[in-house]
Parts: sequence; structure tokens; C-alpha cells
Amino acid sequence: MTDKIKSTILFTFIFMFLCYSFYLYKKSYDGTATVSESPADKGKRIWQEKNCNACHQVYGLGGYLGPDLTNIYSSRGEAHIKAFLQSGTNIMPAFALNDDEVSQLLAYLKSMDATGVAAPDKLKINYDGTIER
Amino acid sequence: MEPLNGNNLGTSSKNKSIGKRYILTGVIILLSAFSFGLVGALQYTSPGLFKNVLSFEKVRPLHVSSAVFWILLAACGSVTHYLAEVKGKLWSVRLSNVQWYLFTGSIILILLSYLFGIFGGREYWEFHPLLAGPIILAWLFFIINVFKSIGSFRNQPVYVWMWMTGVVFFLFTFLESYLWLIPSFRSDVVKDMTIQWKSYGSMVGGWNMLIYGCSIYLMDKISGSQKYSYSKIAFTLYFLGLFNLMFNWGHHIYTLPAPKLIQYISYGVSMTELLLLGRIIYFWRSSVNTLKKNYHILPYRFLFAADLWIFLTLLLAIVMSIPAINIYTHGTHITVAHTMGATIGINSFLLLSFTFDIFNIHQQKVVRQISLGLYLSLASLFIFWLSLIIAGVLRADWQMHSSTVPFSVMMLSLRPYFIVFLISGVALFTGFFIIIFSLLRYHLSQKSVDKTLTLKKIKTAPNVLHN
Repeated sequence: MTDKIKSTILFTFIFMFLCYSFYLYKKSYDGTATVSESPADKGKRIWQEKNCNACHQVYGLGGYLGPDLTNIYSSRGEAHIKAFLQSGTNIMPAFALNDDEVSQLLAYLKSMDATGVAAPDKLKINYDGTIER
Repeated sequence: MEPLNGNNLGTSSKNKSIGKRYILTGVIILLSAFSFGLVGALQYTSPGLFKNVLSFEKVRPLHVSSAVFWILLAACGSVTHYLAEVKGKLWSVRLSNVQWYLFTGSIILILLSYLFGIFGGREYWEFHPLLAGPIILAWLFFIINVFKSIGSFRNQPVYVWMWMTGVVFFLFTFLESYLWLIPSFRSDVVKDMTIQWKSYGSMVGGWNMLIYGCSIYLMDKISGSQKYSYSKIAFTLYFLGLFNLMFNWGHHIYTLPAPKLIQYISYGVSMTELLLLGRIIYFWRSSVNTLKKNYHILPYRFLFAADLWIFLTLLLAIVMSIPAINIYTHGTHITVAHTMGATIGINSFLLLSFTFDIFNIHQQKVVRQISLGLYLSLASLFIFWLSLIIAGVLRADWQMHSSTVPFSVMMLSLRPYFIVFLISGVALFTGFFIIIFSLLRYHLSQKSVDKTLTLKKIKTAPNVLHN
């Protein structure tokens, strides 16, 4: 294999990769996008600053010590979530969030819930091995 | 075809010591990864343990970031050392030193920030985004050093191509993982997660390029032939690996409501990379004669251990990359088992094989100790891996068939497997501790021997002049 052939393959791959990347950057996904600095956006920042992802999952991604919280908003409701946030559990510390932070975190969980259903048993398996909602 | 420099012939001591410094820093951080991993495992078996001082949201990033930094530091050190061996010298040892200071400084700050509860809160890179700055700068210095040391791109062996690709792709994907700082990326939850896991998937491919490149160089060195590194098959496999790096990351997010195109592309492209490396090592091993194996006994044993884990991890990767099966394994401890197999079984064993080649250990007693550590690590890693898989299968059954059973009840039912996971984790830590301790002790004893020799030389120098 000559250097010219190797370079051609490499640059073709890079070109394809960049096209794919920019397609994904430009594409709009769930249609539930929240405006920057909205309560949901601030709630997302709190989620990250408290490192909730270390124990909890979103769409099955994250830590395994706590449950997946993608659809917690619709399945358990605000009061249930507030109770956990305010008192913690025997594993989860109480994070001492103020009322604004609690409502921002709730707004984030609500916007997350609206993106879709995370439970894998709700997905349909096709004969070709692919899955769909 | 350029000759191999073998045992560091023609490489200055400055060039040799900089790679070693990276590796030694890496193994110390590996001990930190194991220590915090042990605390995390204890918290799995005794929920609530250390909740008020070192809760799990601190322990997990301390463990994960330490493991990632061990891989990055050891990979940088190995590439730096081998590059100096191949080219005779590094373009700039000073730049590599600056890179080391930037890396080490930011790693210390990152680990401290976790202890104080300061997070950026993203998987893997859970530190504050400001701390990414010095890492980006350090990596830029690394890229400059790699490309300048290589010089001409003409007629380079495959491992040099892999190093060049690996360093560039790591930086690209690392920067990509910070696109969430731009509001338009962050505000769309699914888009944010898609880009996040796109970058992580390719980033792992990026550091694998550095590690696999070193493993091919080491295999050449042990076998005493560079025929493979210039062959058509080597480059074909390299391009297949690169194709995987760019397009196979989608298996992380099959269950996300992202465009279906991602699933199709990833499903089609997935998991050839490990299969290909397993094939390379398999064919290489059969060509190495006993004498060479014995001379390079420690690197060979660690390469062989990695070879075993490539096959196990490959098997699991094949299963997990089929979307219909992935919905069972996703979000369970099977994913953790896969990560542990890849980071400990493949990455760490390969990095340790480079380490023992670079430190060139031949003392029988030290070789015996390190081999004991390796065997203990291998056996305990297998039990560790198996306990995670069983816990994952039970969790998958709960996710798919018994989701009305409360989460806490399901977790309680997994406790026996977490206890096995903890005990085998302790044994794994012990095995690695023996390896690292033996390496550090050997290094310190060599340093004192070198010092004594230098002093003797200084003392005899005037006599020589008088004579």
C-alpha cells in the first residue's frame, strides 16, 4: 500500500466523519428543547453540579446505585421527588437545596420526562435485530 | 524500512526518563483508582457507608477519573518512550516535561475538587470545565511533540500512523465532549446525550489507537521483525479500526430517542476492532520463539493476559452491540463488566506490558513477584467480571419482566453478587498492588545503583587524569 493510497483513505474517512458529526450537531432531536437560562436549563446545571449522574441513570446512562430517573416525573410526581430531595435516603445525602433549586431541578426532570420513555420493556424488537419505540 | 532500536540503543537518558516518569505517575494514580474502587464496592455492599464524609457521588468520579488518568498517563509515557526509541530522540524533552507538569497539576486539582464536592457532573469527565483547560493545553503539546518527532510522514510503519491518529482524535473528541457548554447543544437533552456519547465512544477509540500502536511496536520488538508493521494487512486492519473509532459509538445510545440512522450505522460497523487485534496477537504469538519469549518474559506474559481478555471482552462486545440484545444489557452491570474487562483486562495489561519492556526488568526475584501479582489479578478479575455479569443478568430480568418490583428490593437481591464482587475486587487490588510495589521498589533500587555508579565515576575521575 503506497503512502498516496493510505492518505487518500485517511482523508476520505476524516471527511465522512466530519460530515456525520456536523449532521448530528445541526439536527434537532426531541422537539422539547428548553431555552437557555430557563428553569429546566438551570435545573440541568444543578443535576450536574451535584453529580446526580454518579448514582442515577438517564436513559440507562449513568451510575447504578440508584434508579433511572428519566420518567420519574410522570411515574411518581412532584411531591415524591421533593420528599427525596429534601430528606435524602439512607444512601443518598440530603443536598440542602433551596426552594428555587428544587423547582429548577423539577423543571429539568419534567423536560427530561417529555423526551420519551426510557423503560427498555417498552421498546419493540425487530426481526433484523434493530429496536424501535 | 527503519531498524528497530531494540533496547533503547541510541536513546539519551533524558528521553528514556521522561516516558518512565509518566508511567510511574500513572501507576500511582492506578493505586488511587483501586482504593476508591474498593470504597465504592464497600458502599454497594453496605449502603450508606461513609455517607456524610465520602458519599458515592464523590467516590465514583474519584475512582473513574483516576482509572482514566492512569490509562492516559501510561499511554502518553509509552508513546513518548517508544517514539524516542524509534526516532533516536524526542523532538523536545522540555515540552514533554511541561506537559507532564500540566497533567499532574490538573489531576491533583481534579481529585481534590471531587473531595470538596465541586463537579462538572458529566460522565467520565466529572470535574469542573475550567480544569479541562490545562489538559487541552498539555495534549496540544503532546501532539506537537509527536508530529515533530516523527518528522516526515513518508513510509512510516503502522504504529506511527496509529499514534498520529490517536493523538489527534483524542483532542477532537475531548473538545467535542465540551460542546454542552454551548447553550444550543445543552438545551436539547437528547442531542446533548447523543453528542456526549458520540465523543466518549470515539475518545476511547482514540486512546486505544495509542495503546494498540504501542502493542504492535512491542510485538515487532519482541519478534525482532518489522515485516508486519509495513504490511498491507496491518494497514487494512488499521483503517478498519479507524472506521470503528469514527462510527461505532452508537451502541451506547441505542435506547435513546435519537435518529435511527445512528443505530443502523453503529450496528453495521461495530466491534470489529477487538476481533482484529486478537487476530494480530494470535498470529504474532505463534511466530515468537521460546528464547525471545524468555528474554521478554514480563512484557510477553502481560501481552498474553491482554490477549485472553480481548477474547472475553470481544465476546461480550459482540452480544452487546446487537440492538435487540443491547436493550437487555444496557443500564445493567453487564455494561460495567464490559468496561472492567476493557480497561483492566485489555488496557491495563497492555500498558503494563509496555511498562515492563521500558523498565527492562530481568531480576529473577522481581520477575517472580510480578508474575505472582499477574496471576492473582487474572484469576480475581475473572471472578469479579463474572459476578458483575450475573448481577447484570438479574437486573436485566428485572428491567424487562419485573419492573413493578421496587428498585431497592431488586438491589437487595443482588447483594450476594456484590459481596463476591467486593471480595474478588480486594484480591484484584492485591494482585495489582504486588505488581506496582515490585515495580516501584525495583525502580528505586536501580536509581540508587545508578547514583552509586555515578559517585564512583566522579571519585575515580581525578585518578584517571593523574595517570
